[in-house]
Amino acid sequence: MTQVDAPALDVQDLRFAYPDGTQALHGISLRVEPGEKIALIGPNGSGKSTFLLNLNGIFRSTGGSVRVFGETLDDRTLGSIRAKVGLLFSNPDDQLFSPTVLEDVSYGPLHMGLPRDEVLARARDALAAVGMQEFEARAPHHLSLGQKKRVAIATVLSMGTPLIALDEPTANLDPRSRRELIELLDRLRLTVIVATHDLALVADSLPRTVVLDGGRVIADRPSVDVLNDADLLFAHGLEPLSLHGHPHA
Amino acid sequence: MSLAGVVDRYSERDSPVHRADARAKVPAAFAYILAISATREADWAALGLLAVPVLAVVFASRLGPWFVLRRTFLALPFVLAAVPLVFTRPGETVFTLPLLGWTASDEGIRAVATILGKSWLSVVVAVLLVSATPMVEILRALRWLRLPRILVATIFFTYRYFFVIGEEAQRMLRARDSRSARLPGQRGGGTVLWRARIAGHMAGSLFVRSLERSERVYAAMQARGYRGDHIFLADPPLPAAHLVGASAFVACAVLVQIGVRW
Repeated sequence: MTQVDAPALDVQDLRFAYPDGTQALHGISLRVEPGEKIALIGPNGSGKSTFLLNLNGIFRSTGGSVRVFGETLDDRTLGSIRAKVGLLFSNPDDQLFSPTVLEDVSYGPLHMGLPRDEVLARARDALAAVGMQEFEARAPHHLSLGQKKRVAIATVLSMGTPLIALDEPTANLDPRSRRELIELLDRLRLTVIVATHDLALVADSLPRTVVLDGGRVIADRPSVDVLNDADLLFAHGLEPLSLHGHPHA
Repeated sequence: MSLAGVVDRYSERDSPVHRADARAKVPAAFAYILAISATREADWAALGLLAVPVLAVVFASRLGPWFVLRRTFLALPFVLAAVPLVFTRPGETVFTLPLLGWTASDEGIRAVATILGKSWLSVVVAVLLVSATPMVEILRALRWLRLPRILVATIFFTYRYFFVIGEEAQRMLRARDSRSARLPGQRGGGTVLWRARIAGHMAGSLFVRSLERSERVYAAMQARGYRGDHIFLADPPLPAAHLVGASAFVACAVLVQIGVRW
């Protein structure tokens, strides 16, 4: 079902309401080409995480459509869409549930029904990609936050999804862990969507920025433009990097 | 359905029952349930009469009879534990179960019907209380009634952290589902045993994390001076009218129980 020339992500007028009736997304449209790396920014509660959870059908939209590499998300395609969209949750503790790191990273490929050798190869490759191959026998809850984040990314990489969506990947990381994570992002040859408050990360690694507020797309422009538009940033709960003395702004 | 909808039984309405002070409602509900439990076996008149004031409160609460009825089903599984009594009580045989050959006695059926009636009526009273009273008000009332602080604290924290842990479990399930992909033409999903092991790991890690969280929460509480008691803001005065209403409700039940024994 994967079309060669289809956009990586084609979201049309996506609407989502929580079961209690709160309307979280008011018609979001977004097209992302294969290999693009885009930032999703906006204040707390603007709908960033909700949007990401709609991309692989964890939340089911109340209107509009999501197409991933040409395949429309519905009940029937849930499994194969999840083989295309890897989701990194903001809290790595939510993602890691197995007694050992290796088992956790193997979960995705095992669930896909891949043969054992390939599962192990994929898991070890993914751990190597995040520099955690020494930790495969460790229990996830004994790792530091930075290590947990890296293992969590490995659990997504091992699935070999062509698109990954990351929710606040650099939150609470120390500067070195953060730097390593950004370098890892830069190395990935995948389509990447990052929901973040970390505008320095946006400036460094993500060429395109979508501003979300109140469940709507406010702006969708090159990151350089958005990051230099102080009025836009202030109006949506963000601050220009110059206020932090960052050299890129 | 959202988690809060499953656990939080309070239903916001404006009615005399909602407005009544919890310090009047909580003891009245307990006393009424106690009175129901005093009903003798097969005393259908007493059960019927006891249902009248309860029905009156159901209507006064504006919760809607349907709403209350649906919520009482929650207690059904516990009540079903009484059913085997139908077959174990000695008495005249009414029917015999095919295949198993168990015999049901008239005495047994009477006993079970009484238990079902009493429990169900008690559950209606409890449902009324929790649907018309916010949880924190019930806890305040329990503390005001001098229920041991450790019990009140246990109920309070169970209530408070049920949501936290429930949401944590929900997020873990989401994260797992996100990684539960299928390849076209591939029979994935793993074996039942493997999936059961994964579920076990998730439960285990939820437990470890809850334990660790409880340590952090406790440390944070101690940092703010916690010494084992939940200190509520001072109680407002208890209006006499609320006490009178609650007493009248309980008095009905007491009168019924005395009346049927006369």
